[in-house]
Amino acid sequence: MSIERPSNHDFPSEAEGMDLVYCRPETLTDLPFHYCPGCSHSVVHRVLMEVVDELNIQDKTIGVAPVGCSVFAYHYMNVDMQEAAHGRATAVATGIKRVLPDRFVFSYQGDGDLAAIGTAETIHTVNRGENILMVFINNGIYGMTGGQMAPTTLVGQVTTTSPYGRQVEFAGHPIKIADMLTQLPGAYYVTRQAVHNPNGVRKLKKALTKSFQYQKEGKGTCFVEVVSNCPSGWKMTPVETVKYLEEQMFPLYPLGDLKKPDGAK
Amino acid sequence: MIKGTVKIDAKICKGCELCIISCPQDGLGLAAQFNDKGYRYVELIEDNCTGCVNCALVCPEAAITVFRQPKPAKKSVEKK
Ligand SMILES: Cc1ncc(C[n+]2csc(CCOP(=O)(O)OP(=O)(O)O)c2C)c(N)n1
Ligand code: SF4
Ligand code: SF4
Ligand code: SF4
Repeated sequence: MSIERPSNHDFPSEAEGMDLVYCRPETLTDLPFHYCPGCSHSVVHRVLMEVVDELNIQDKTIGVAPVGCSVFAYHYMNVDMQEAAHGRATAVATGIKRVLPDRFVFSYQGDGDLAAIGTAETIHTVNRGENILMVFINNGIYGMTGGQMAPTTLVGQVTTTSPYGRQVEFAGHPIKIADMLTQLPGAYYVTRQAVHNPNGVRKLKKALTKSFQYQKEGKGTCFVEVVSNCPSGWKMTPVETVKYLEEQMFPLYPLGDLKKPDGAK
Repeated sequence: MIKGTVKIDAKICKGCELCIISCPQDGLGLAAQFNDKGYRYVELIEDNCTGCVNCALVCPEAAITVFRQPKPAKKSVEKK
């Protein structure tokens, strides 16, 4: 399938005399996404590739894909990519960055990957202050495997493995992994964003841009959490997930910078 | 008001409606037809687009291209 990418030479007639102000980023491949309708994953893929385009670092960027719905991230992000075993993306990213320190290295992981099976790698990567960007998609659920409870699932949230809602006595409290990581000296920049509305997307873009700049300056680990949706796992329409994010997710996972360099805006 | 327009790739739109709720002009709507994937795709249904880019920012399929009239050159000098 060919994807439409109107260029400056190929304007629709209604756009006669107008400027092209937004189009699919160059560094996103022509492949249509396999994600469910309305899923945050593909928005984050796009914004990440927009940042790579704007910083002009396509040939210097290496990403590490996780296991989870975004296991095929390498099909869409037209940069060098490496797949990692479940939970191990930041360990693999560590190796890549140490061997090729002049590259921009990022890992991309869901909450089942980063905050459950990969907890050890996550903590130690940040503790070592590895000079990489960690992108964390927190949709509070295991999307790929059919919507099971994750460590990040909200108290009372119904999933296939918590049919009566998550109970604290049984499963403990949802883990706020970004808050935990701020305690580690290796964490240079920790922020929590969302892509539920246009301003959220703009802020995420700024956070990712800053993270790559810090990486260039060799500052340490940048951790960007994106509080995301999973319309299929949550059994909601994409529009309903926006309300759920605002009313249920953000009170527990408030948006904003959790740790920023001294003096940074 | 500045005029703009959008081009939506109907082939890859999944009809999630996130662009519809993000449009400050309420200019977007679902088409009556389905695309090959079986989704009702989104169309510009009003002629009031300002090219604000909101819809394209939230589109999970990166299906929206946005065009906008260039800003008129400032005439502050002549005015006085
Ligand atoms: C070693 C191992 N254990 C378990 C699995 C099964 N598995 C695949 S994806 C996944 C969880 C993915 O959830 P998350 O990281 O939240 O990503 P999402 O799908 O929600 O984006 C699990 C448990 C696996 N592939 N490998
Ligand atoms: S299952 Fe959830 S996380 Fe996975 S693609 Fe579908 S909506 Fe996205
Ligand atoms: S560019 Fe703005 S005004 Fe135009 S359709 Fe998109 S959201 Fe609506
Ligand atoms: S946001 Fe994109 S995929 Fe969703 S309905 Fe609009 S154009 Fe289609």
